[in-house]
Amino acid sequence: MDPQLSLLLNGIVSGLLLGGLYAAAAAGLAISFGMLDIVNIAHPALMVMGAFVVVAIGTALGLDPLLVALLVAPLFYLVGIGIYGFYHHFFERRGEEALQGLAFFFGVIFIVEVGLVMAFGPEQRFLDPPYAFITWRLGEVDLPLRMLVPAALAVTVVGLLILWLRRSFTGLAIAAVAQDADALRLMAVDPVKIKRLAFGISIALAGMAGGALVVVQPVEPSSGQIFIGRVFAIVIMGGMASLPGMVTAALLFGVVENVTATFYGPSWSPAVAFGWLLLVLAFRPQGLFGRAA
Amino acid sequence: MSGAVLLHAAGVGKRFGGFIALEAVDITLRPGERLGLIGPNGSGKSTFVNCISGDFAQHEGKVTLGGHALEGLKPHRRARLGLARTFQLPQPFASLSVLENVRVPLLFGADPAQATRRAMECLEQVEMAGKAEKLPRELTQVEQRRLELARAIALDPRLLIADEAMAGLSHAEIDQILALLLRLNAAGTAVIMIEHIMRAVTEFAERLVVFVAGRKIADGVPREVLAMQEVEDAYLGRQ
Amino acid sequence: MSATTLTRAAIAAPPRHAVFWLGAIGLGVALLVILRAIGNDYGYFAGYFILQYVVLASAWNILGGYAGYVNFGAAGFMAAGAYTAIALRKATGLDLMPGILAGAVVAGLLGLGTGYLTLRLRGVFFSIATLCLAVVLQTLVVNWDYVGGSRGAYIVNPMEIPPFVSWGEYMFVVMLVLAIGTVGIARALEHSRIGAGLAAIRDNERAAEAVGVPTLRLKLIATTLCGALMGVAGAPLPYYSGYLNPDAAFSLSYAVNAIAMPLIGGAGTWAGPVIGAVLLGTLQQAATVTISSALNLWIVGWMLVVFVALFPRGIMGWFRRRR
Repeated sequence: MDPQLSLLLNGIVSGLLLGGLYAAAAAGLAISFGMLDIVNIAHPALMVMGAFVVVAIGTALGLDPLLVALLVAPLFYLVGIGIYGFYHHFFERRGEEALQGLAFFFGVIFIVEVGLVMAFGPEQRFLDPPYAFITWRLGEVDLPLRMLVPAALAVTVVGLLILWLRRSFTGLAIAAVAQDADALRLMAVDPVKIKRLAFGISIALAGMAGGALVVVQPVEPSSGQIFIGRVFAIVIMGGMASLPGMVTAALLFGVVENVTATFYGPSWSPAVAFGWLLLVLAFRPQGLFGRAA
Repeated sequence: MSGAVLLHAAGVGKRFGGFIALEAVDITLRPGERLGLIGPNGSGKSTFVNCISGDFAQHEGKVTLGGHALEGLKPHRRARLGLARTFQLPQPFASLSVLENVRVPLLFGADPAQATRRAMECLEQVEMAGKAEKLPRELTQVEQRRLELARAIALDPRLLIADEAMAGLSHAEIDQILALLLRLNAAGTAVIMIEHIMRAVTEFAERLVVFVAGRKIADGVPREVLAMQEVEDAYLGRQ
Repeated sequence: MSATTLTRAAIAAPPRHAVFWLGAIGLGVALLVILRAIGNDYGYFAGYFILQYVVLASAWNILGGYAGYVNFGAAGFMAAGAYTAIALRKATGLDLMPGILAGAVVAGLLGLGTGYLTLRLRGVFFSIATLCLAVVLQTLVVNWDYVGGSRGAYIVNPMEIPPFVSWGEYMFVVMLVLAIGTVGIARALEHSRIGAGLAAIRDNERAAEAVGVPTLRLKLIATTLCGALMGVAGAPLPYYSGYLNPDAAFSLSYAVNAIAMPLIGGAGTWAGPVIGAVLLGTLQQAATVTISSALNLWIVGWMLVVFVALFPRGIMGWFRRRR
């Protein structure tokens, strides 16, 4: 095969796998930002916190990072409940989410990021499971398990989430809460309770995504910063409240970013994220797959 | 009907996805006319207002105001052409005093230097001069409605769209607002009154338009329109 | 009560420009005299540090406090100013003053561009865009060898610059003038019709548009001015420290302080960011001597969260009966 073509093919395939990681990172945000209308810019910072917790526990107990990620998810659910309680009490209830609420989440980013520096130091942390060094080969295409396993976990979790949101009463209530809180009240459902639950889930997803992140790459306290542009671009591109749209956008994003990195060097990939975000905001704010208003 | 036309809406329509909120509505308004616009909830009254005011950037059909095509103009440009509106729920600038609220439109108008003086005049017109220093949250509901009207008057409008300006008010308060609107109309401003309170509409309007399910089903003298079988059906069937 | 007396009371404070300018200049001269009397270069250093935050916080307030649009990219705009100054010096040999001007223009255009692309949408999209802007600008600078890339760039400053006693004093005076100018601009803007329009946008954008306020144009003026003044805060940075690398220019502390200072001082009034900058700046100067810079930032983060939750009107809110 032509080496350029092979390079491109590999770039696309590992881009898809990278997209799986992005889907994990953006899944929680699609709930909080997309469905609940809570602009949680601290989502990536909490994901990185998840990664550090996974490294700490996984190293201490000698467990697989992805297994640990599933185990710490309930912990992050509780963290999410706490954050939402605070946010609702001080900002959402007063109608001050636009300026003060946003500043609050910005403060959370700092508290998390600097807190991680103080607790773990500014160095990179990693925790490599044994399969991280195995690469499957399909003809010319490499399938590194370091990328494949987290992507598979991410897609599974998001798939289950989609099913749950579509099939269960609570799931349907979450999808409806931002559009029509009054209708929920008529059905004797407390919208605040629904939002608290959903926000808890979104942060649990952030924690799990942290586990996936640590398998793919070493993490440092400031790793979250570069994810902010990516995950928001992905959620907006996916059409805000649509998880299937989000997954599609994440895969596409992973491919574009990875192909750029393959041909122009990895130091340019953050620029890709931002460029996409701006293009989407400027030309298709309703998302790639949404209908024009 | 003599030749002068203030507002001309031709084939105005709006759809959201597959849902047709408003379909092919034609309305022509003479300068200084008092039009009542009624219809059940969801019949497209507010959609129509938002098409005229420019809140919906895109819609079907054409609208002109005093001969100017409004297509593509943002709400603030339409306001400068003499189109003022009030909102169903009063939308004051919460951190600004009553006087500052009314100064805002004047500061961006033809004579900013006179903004404060003109704002006081507008407040006097709605009998709110004594409340100039208050913040909006310190006002009663009817006072908030008056503030909203003062802010609209400050635009020196040729057409005022009063979108349920009397909802939630008492009998006596409704009369006060009606008197204000009549005085404004006597000074030459055409008014489109959108209202559920039938007493107010019949007292005010010299012409009545009825919307049902996104279409105009009647347009004429109030007494005749209200006697129409379709209008009665629409109201009995829906409410 | 006659209409005129009412009027005077109802329109906030009447702008007394002469009093403000004389007071500001008097205060500036007094500061300089005191610092010269102390005769320690650390005084100039601490003064520069705080004044630079006065500029940055006032710039943020023009968009965030007056119009209610959150700009997270302070570090990015500031670094844009700093690196413009470096590039200009390398390319043309022009030094500090033209560098400040160029930094203002470049950062202002950056603000205008970001605003133009995102401000027609909900305000939060603008905020998200500014959040990524710093990351991307940092990528560009790291990859741009002409301005030193990740290694950083040196600027050799003259040893003596009469009539000033030291380079440190000169830089302090420059920043003092910039700070007074910035606060003056912010204050004049607040009392102008643009200020009234921005306040209307902050309170209710749809109603503002409906009563004839050209909202998009005003927002673009605010984003441009905000970006330009942040560039002004950053442009002297390489001259001040003699060396600048991307990590220092894009430092997190700029981003968090630019938001924390106005919100803690009281957003929406020109005095709020000044109070916040002096307070937090002094606190951080004192704290770096005793505790680590990480803990320092951590405390700022907590203060931000506590203040926006408990005192949404900031310190200025305590002095105001209402609003």
